[in-house]
Amino acid sequence: MTTAATTSPLATQPPKKPRGFDIVQFLEKYGVLLFLIVLCIAFGISSPNFLSVRNVTNILTEVSIYGIVAVGMTCVILTGGVDLAVGSVLAFGALAGAWVVTNVGAGAFFGMGFLVALIISCAIGTLTGYIHGKTITLFNVPPFIVTLGGMTIWRGATLLMNDGAPIAGFDAGYRWWGRGDVLGIPVPVLVLFVVAAAGYVVLRYTRYGRQIYAVGGNPEAARLTGINVPRVLVSVYVIVGFLAGLAGFLLSARLGSAEAIAGTSYELRIIASVVIGGTSLFGGMGGIGGTMIGALLIGVLLNGLVMMNVSPYFQQIVMGVIIVLAVAFDTYAKMRRGKR
Amino acid sequence: MGQTILKAADIKKVFPGVVALDGVRLDIEEGEVHALLGENGAGKSTFLKILAGAQPSDGGSMLFNGQPLDPADTPLARQRLGIVTIYQEFNLLPAMTIAENMYLGREPLRRNGLIDWRRMYRDAQKVIDDLGLDLDPRMPVRVLSVAEQQMVEISKALTMNARLIIMDEPTAALSGKEVDKLHEIIHGLRAKGISIIYVTHRLIEVTAVCDRFTVFRDGRYVDTRPVAGSTVQDMVRLMVGRDVEFQRRRDRFAGDRVMLEVRGVSRAGSATDPHACVLSDLSVQVRAGEIVGFAGLVGAGRTELARVIFGADGCDSGVVLVDGQTATIRSPSDAIAAGIALVPEDRKQQGCFLPHSIRHNMSLPSLKRLSKWKFFVDEAGERALIADYTRKLGIRMANDEVAIGTLSGGNQQKVLLARCMALHPKVLIVDEPTRGIDIGAKAEVHQVLFEMAKAGVAVIVISSELPEVMAVSDRIITFREGRITGSLPAEDATEEELMSLMALGGPASSLAGSSLPGSGAAAHVHAAH
Repeated sequence: MTTAATTSPLATQPPKKPRGFDIVQFLEKYGVLLFLIVLCIAFGISSPNFLSVRNVTNILTEVSIYGIVAVGMTCVILTGGVDLAVGSVLAFGALAGAWVVTNVGAGAFFGMGFLVALIISCAIGTLTGYIHGKTITLFNVPPFIVTLGGMTIWRGATLLMNDGAPIAGFDAGYRWWGRGDVLGIPVPVLVLFVVAAAGYVVLRYTRYGRQIYAVGGNPEAARLTGINVPRVLVSVYVIVGFLAGLAGFLLSARLGSAEAIAGTSYELRIIASVVIGGTSLFGGMGGIGGTMIGALLIGVLLNGLVMMNVSPYFQQIVMGVIIVLAVAFDTYAKMRRGKR
Repeated sequence: MGQTILKAADIKKVFPGVVALDGVRLDIEEGEVHALLGENGAGKSTFLKILAGAQPSDGGSMLFNGQPLDPADTPLARQRLGIVTIYQEFNLLPAMTIAENMYLGREPLRRNGLIDWRRMYRDAQKVIDDLGLDLDPRMPVRVLSVAEQQMVEISKALTMNARLIIMDEPTAALSGKEVDKLHEIIHGLRAKGISIIYVTHRLIEVTAVCDRFTVFRDGRYVDTRPVAGSTVQDMVRLMVGRDVEFQRRRDRFAGDRVMLEVRGVSRAGSATDPHACVLSDLSVQVRAGEIVGFAGLVGAGRTELARVIFGADGCDSGVVLVDGQTATIRSPSDAIAAGIALVPEDRKQQGCFLPHSIRHNMSLPSLKRLSKWKFFVDEAGERALIADYTRKLGIRMANDEVAIGTLSGGNQQKVLLARCMALHPKVLIVDEPTRGIDIGAKAEVHQVLFEMAKAGVAVIVISSELPEVMAVSDRIITFREGRITGSLPAEDATEEELMSLMALGGPASSLAGSSLPGSGAAAHVHAAH
């Protein structure tokens, strides 16, 4: 044992490319997309209306509302956290915005009532997200618990605000955000496109994006690399809150009323989109592209089942099964990666 | 003392590329306290794992109570035979009571199959009383101090009718009084005819509590001797005497400019957290181009001081100056801004983002510099940086998109070194830079450290391997129980001298024949100011 061994026969071999076709690896990459395509074809054959322009537009608009939140949720789950409060926050923001606009009187804002509602809704989402993030980082409470509490707190606040009654009576400018279109593309879809593109760029090409992955991948190493871990954690809850507020506004515009019970169980759909899209619940792995495919898959599935007159109760069963399968596959693929 | 209870002979263990045990033996007599000594890497842990049934051996035989031990035994099977190991990291469930922990998986049952709680607590109380402990078996383990938890482990061993108890560094986290108490209990166990294998780096304790000692060195058996008539120096000599593994470097780059100055770092420490040890008024100076080695046992304060300097842990008082400027360091990011970089002790837990690419791992802290509008990553600049350091350090990889987790330990370490070098630090601290990497890569890592020193960086190297510290350092600072016990030029240092500074707190000559009762005396704490 002397230094003569410098020629190091034990130096790393470059990792070998796996020989032949690896079905698990292939499915890990393209499985969800493949499933989405198969599903579209199957629904298209069994119910002719499924692929009509009207229905496709419908699906995309529906997907947009929770897809916007799913972009923020991707960031949260990338840090190894989760936000269960998004559905409640969405309703809280929408109702607060609508309440101000309708109670103060639409005329008071020179026809820009929608802007006021938008700002209030997003501000409320941002604030609740900040509260979640600070509670998680200051008191070291698991995100699951903090946002589980937030889920009922904000829902309760929403119900209190207008005694559980919906608020309707928006002007055309307000409703345009939910029902209008630009060159035939529904406005919510455009918003989703902008949000998803921004999320993609931030996660992929910015320092902040790298920090999110680092915090989720190994919090201690992230700290020792000079990253302000609590600040990154708070920021992702702020982002998802802001986006929930934005989605709430869009949903109320689409429905023509802000409902206190809007967005109930959206958190499930949103988390499912992210997880089906391949983002690891353990943090540090995943991205926006997968989330968008996951969101589409859920939208197609829910819509297709309705078109086939499947009981809505059955839809819930299908959703649950798909989420569990997606995570089980993720864990399995990860374990295999670990072994290789 | 009586018949031989354990007779292990010719035990072999081979790991890929390394012979961990090359035919070692160990004889333990009934009612004997037997010290197992050796440096890090001597093979003690491997041997004990084989004895405990946690690992199979690759050859050799073991007789326990005259019966051959089945090499296929599980740890549970060995426990049933009466061989119980008390590990440094205890196997206790913090939320459960003392008694529940003592009888975990072996709870006394009533005839109807339900747990007989009354009997369990009564039996537990009896064992605790027999040991002369003042503990309520209904207390949850979580509220106990480290020393008390150890007593629970010993009580647990007794409920298993242990004949041979293996204690791995039992006093590493104990204070002086607690060590005395432990030794008292060990004497009691010996009187009951229970044998104990006592593994420690604190040789003074061997003279205090053990009957005989056996020394392993580099996976080989060296000797077994009675403690009576042996001195600490004898033990050190037996442990050390070996070929030099690293060549000492000849060229020195140390200048006059003091690059890092640490003044009076103190910390009270925590009784329940062995990792937050006491630090007593530590002051260190490192000059530009100088490599200073920190030597000491685990928990002696070497890693702990480094973490305080880097802002990873807090301290009660102390000042850090970088290049003559006082640096306010409250977090690692402050330290990095002040020009300090750290390669942490545990590569996988604290250093690497294992599933992420080499590129992301290497450039992360440098992105502040490599960004456009402080926001977007300048990917061209990033790739240039990666290419630069990959070449400089000779990192072997397919491409920089590969996950760092797929690299060998040596290459991972080089990526982490590159990560620090890319920050152009004034001070570089490397903790266990070559742990678990092969000899060729070790030499390459050392070469990198020399290059850094040559470029005028102040380098601190922390290592459990004394030959490594001696080979790379200009000067060596020894730590013991949160204090600095010596600072000497590496050229003059001998392993014996360093070992006695680390184990005894003074040069071997001055301590000859002295007997410090319970060497773990709690260092007195400087008041925060």
